[in-house]
Amino acid sequence: MSENNNIKKKQDEESIINQAATEEYRYGFVSDFETDVIPKGLNEDVVRRISQLKNEPEWLLEFRLKAFRHWQTLKLPKWGKVNMPDIDFQAISYYAAPQTKTGDKKEIDPELKKTFDKLGIPLEEQKRLSGMAVDAVVDSVSVHTSYRERLAELGVIFCSISEAVKDYPDLVKKYMGTVVPYTDNFFAALNSAVFSDGSFVYIPKGVRCPMELSSYFRINAAQTGQFERTLIVADDDSYVSYLEGCTAPMRDENQLHAAIVEIIVEERAEVKYSTVQNWYPGDKDGKGGIYNLVTKRGICRGDHSKLSWTQVETGSAITWKYPSTILKGNNTVGEFYSVALTRNYQMADTGTKMIHLGKNSRSTIVSKGISAGHSENSYRGMVKVAPDATNCRNYTQCDSLLLSDTSGAHTFPVIEVGNDSSIVEHEATTSKINEDQIFYCNQRGISTEDAVGLIVNGYARDVMKKLPMEFAVEAQRLLSVSLEGSVG
Amino acid sequence: MLVIKDLHATIEGKEILKGVNLTVKPGEVHAIMGPNGSGKSTLSAVLTGNPAYTVTGGEVEFYGKNLLELSPEDRAHEGIFLSFQYPVEIPGVLMSNFMRTAINEKRKYYGEEPMSATDFLKLMREKRAVVDLDNKLASRAVNEGFSGGEKKRNEIFQMAMLEPRLSILDETDSGLDIDALRTVANGVNRLKSKDNATIVITHYQRLLDYIKPDQVHVLYKGRIVMTGGPELALELEEKGYDWIKEQVDNNQL
Amino acid sequence: MNNSLKQYIELHDEQLAAIERLAPAPLNELRKKARQALDGAVLPRKGSDDYEATDLNTVLAPDYGVNVNHVDLSRESTTKFRCEVPNLSTCLYYVFNDTFRPSETAGKSGDNASVESFQATKHPEVLAKHYGTVANLDNSCTALNTMLAQDGVLIYIPKGSHTTRPIQIINVFDANAQLMAVRRVLIVLEDDAQAKILVCDHTKGDKQYLSLETVEIIVGRNAKLDYYHMEESGMETSRLSQLWVRQHEGSNVLIDGITLTNGYTRNDYHIDVDGEHCDTQLLGMAIASGEQHIDNHTLINHNAPRCQSNEMFKYVLNDDSVGAFAGKILVKPNCPKIDAYQGNRNIVASPTARMYTKPQLEIYTDDVKCSHGSTVGQLDQEALFYMQTRGISLPVAQKLLMQAFMSDVIDGVRLDTLRDRLRHLVEMRLSGDTLICESCELKK
Repeated sequence: MSENNNIKKKQDEESIINQAATEEYRYGFVSDFETDVIPKGLNEDVVRRISQLKNEPEWLLEFRLKAFRHWQTLKLPKWGKVNMPDIDFQAISYYAAPQTKTGDKKEIDPELKKTFDKLGIPLEEQKRLSGMAVDAVVDSVSVHTSYRERLAELGVIFCSISEAVKDYPDLVKKYMGTVVPYTDNFFAALNSAVFSDGSFVYIPKGVRCPMELSSYFRINAAQTGQFERTLIVADDDSYVSYLEGCTAPMRDENQLHAAIVEIIVEERAEVKYSTVQNWYPGDKDGKGGIYNLVTKRGICRGDHSKLSWTQVETGSAITWKYPSTILKGNNTVGEFYSVALTRNYQMADTGTKMIHLGKNSRSTIVSKGISAGHSENSYRGMVKVAPDATNCRNYTQCDSLLLSDTSGAHTFPVIEVGNDSSIVEHEATTSKINEDQIFYCNQRGISTEDAVGLIVNGYARDVMKKLPMEFAVEAQRLLSVSLEGSVG
Repeated sequence: MLVIKDLHATIEGKEILKGVNLTVKPGEVHAIMGPNGSGKSTLSAVLTGNPAYTVTGGEVEFYGKNLLELSPEDRAHEGIFLSFQYPVEIPGVLMSNFMRTAINEKRKYYGEEPMSATDFLKLMREKRAVVDLDNKLASRAVNEGFSGGEKKRNEIFQMAMLEPRLSILDETDSGLDIDALRTVANGVNRLKSKDNATIVITHYQRLLDYIKPDQVHVLYKGRIVMTGGPELALELEEKGYDWIKEQVDNNQL
Repeated sequence: MNNSLKQYIELHDEQLAAIERLAPAPLNELRKKARQALDGAVLPRKGSDDYEATDLNTVLAPDYGVNVNHVDLSRESTTKFRCEVPNLSTCLYYVFNDTFRPSETAGKSGDNASVESFQATKHPEVLAKHYGTVANLDNSCTALNTMLAQDGVLIYIPKGSHTTRPIQIINVFDANAQLMAVRRVLIVLEDDAQAKILVCDHTKGDKQYLSLETVEIIVGRNAKLDYYHMEESGMETSRLSQLWVRQHEGSNVLIDGITLTNGYTRNDYHIDVDGEHCDTQLLGMAIASGEQHIDNHTLINHNAPRCQSNEMFKYVLNDDSVGAFAGKILVKPNCPKIDAYQGNRNIVASPTARMYTKPQLEIYTDDVKCSHGSTVGQLDQEALFYMQTRGISLPVAQKLLMQAFMSDVIDGVRLDTLRDRLRHLVEMRLSGDTLICESCELKK
């Protein structure tokens, strides 16, 4: 990187920190467009109605109904260091679609465009951000996908899952539910029954996707849940980097977000999946906020394939999220890099599972938790090496930083090794922020709040540097903003 | 004692030694020099049986035995000693226990009774003096927390304890200041006799000021490309390796 | 899945009069609560939290006899049995199956220390005051023990007393039929008291035995306790042990759990550090071969600020053995200046051995230094080669490295002679030599 770029980056950092001093949750506005909403409540008719609204084929309705019937047999799980309140699933609306005045997806509704401009997400291709293709999802439906045509020339499919069901039914049928079956857990079953939209990505054999693919999720309507579903398939020798961002308005009630992400990585292919999660976390007294309960899982199915998860988690009142990788092929690589920052009354229970089934598979886990206010922040992970998966390696580093004496930081790893040629290492530390470092910054004229922002960003660096450039700047800013007022 | 014929070896599929020939007789000191990456350390690793390397061709005979067939420990029992370039730290294993086990395993190999504890301690004391190691040595873990100089002296101490017939000193001078270098070299010289031989692997000439070689070999691209007397080392010191590389690369050697 | 608890509850209900007849009053009082706690209780299933590898239902399923009437079952007299640590002179006591017997060296541990059975103690007020105050009946094994306990060993070190000789208790199984022994120990160190205690477990004969053991330890202010446990029992023996410790201000406790030979072992270590400025060392070692199963579960509760704790468990697993470790350090709110470390290091030395490990930190105070590390791996290949070049054969090099691997747990022993003895035992164990304590006159 040239020196000029370095200086520019530094200035970015500075402006980020400056902004940090002045703002709270800046995505908390409500957009004023008309919304079609299915009335609250959940029963078979609602499932049928969603399927009908989306004009779905019979097999998908059957899939939904099977999932729904299975869901009815399940109970809301209580696990982790999270106080999960009872959720009234009949008080939620399962489908909300912003009404577009033009009725044509190619033209962007001005009100929607305003929304995404406010969020800093460009929907128009001329305002492109270093060639990033965006699929924008508001409430239950995908409202716009950019760059589709250009990607199509390469054979890359990037569209909403609803469109994929219509246009590429065979691909969807072949892969959907193979990594996360609807029987997987309570929320996976719920999602499978009522999922509305999300992104579908298919990278054909031998293609390196030339731009970052990105989906942006926004919950806008009140009293709705978002149940999106993302399916990414990377065929042999392909590569894709996929980014996911999310925001929601500030509302007093809690809203539910129960997504499924499935990733299939075939031989020698590589998928990078990055998330900056900034759902509304609730106010300083813990009122409102999103319940972010998602199931994300990928499978490195072919030999020499690689899946890398990177996540920066700063939002949501409650987070349950364990992006996991099944290392099925030989010589596969799984990675998980996570920063989770909680403050006020947020509760985050996040981590990963690395399931080593293939020989010589390797995995790396780096998790950085930062807890402030009255929040609870847990790492929960599992590393499992099957008896036949010889010569596997895992290295796990979990660090927790406590910024207040009323917050909690917890580490719950499980390690299971079934053979004598694999090596698994786990290290974890918990400490408070180093006062000498803060003093040193103070002495150089940096306020304590800014110093904490700097130190936390430094602490999270190992993870942040794994993010694509555009996202890294955003994520850094988010960390600093979220820390504001949480140092005491 | 040692005859190497057309030795080829690979690591992770990459061929490093491409036909090495070398004969060493009792009482001799051979220096093997060469630029970085020429295969010097690979040669020492292959002679001692490091499992990371695969021999793909050639023969190595040591006192008439096929060395390549022997396990690393049996090679040690036969009298081959390697002073490691990077001595390995073994936390928790005490030097005294380590050396006593080594000596008794060798005695077992030759059908002898284990050495008594008092004789062993006496031997330790005696040999420690060769390289000026203090009496805390016995109670320290193998190489753990040793300074660079201490590690190298510890290698020579072990050499004194095990009385090898052929010692291979792999970059023993690297990372040593001049005093430590002298101590180590003096140790090696005191252990020299008409019955044992030494192979000194080094990048620089300075160790050879202290340990006088009979023959100097230049290893380059996995083969010995030039052999001469001590004066060759001086010439290399003065002119570097480039002139040899040029000749080799132009097929003149 | 049937519930193995049922048979013991039925036994209790049918034999209550006989059980109560021999037991001191405090045991009978708590028995009622234990019985209530087990009402409708189910044993934790294998795979549930903290029981990832251990199935209590299976361990408790055999129809073990319980010696409710305390008939002397031992076939030989105590004088024929020795478990001596060379050069370590201890005050020796036996528990044969479930019966306490002092040896001729009993009562010579100095000053006012007393080691007695619950039934015959001269300090019934100590038993009444402390019995059941540390152990938690939520643990189903502890509840089961409390429901069936009729006797136990009381070790009482009054205020300011120091034992001059270590107290050694040897638990021996020796019976003609398969047997469950309900073993109970209460150790009370009053303020400023000091004691070193060594407990060894042995078995005779090839019958199936189950040791159901609950140990309660109360350590007063500025008191200091070393508690060593060595398991050298037979392959047919199962052990379900829960050790409960409460530490008061300024106390210093070392708990060392060593499993050398066994069949199926589950140890729970539960330490509450209630006072400031305490020091806690919790060490453990397990060497397993054949089909041995060793599961250690630990919890250190830091309930008071300004304390330090250090925990280290090491396993070497051979053959088809299974090792499990689940450990937690919990720092409660408002407990600053806690310095806690937890380590679990494991060597899996056979393709069919299995290790489960779950090291956990749960921290609710910011000004603390807590860390843990856990590894599952093999011996260092580079070190093995280095040793081979020095003429040490591969098996010997492996043994040396395994011994070295165990050395920090061995070095943690604060009794010189026991440390030497343990080093020797570990060496023998790793060499695959036959069962173990050759100075025991305990012949298989």
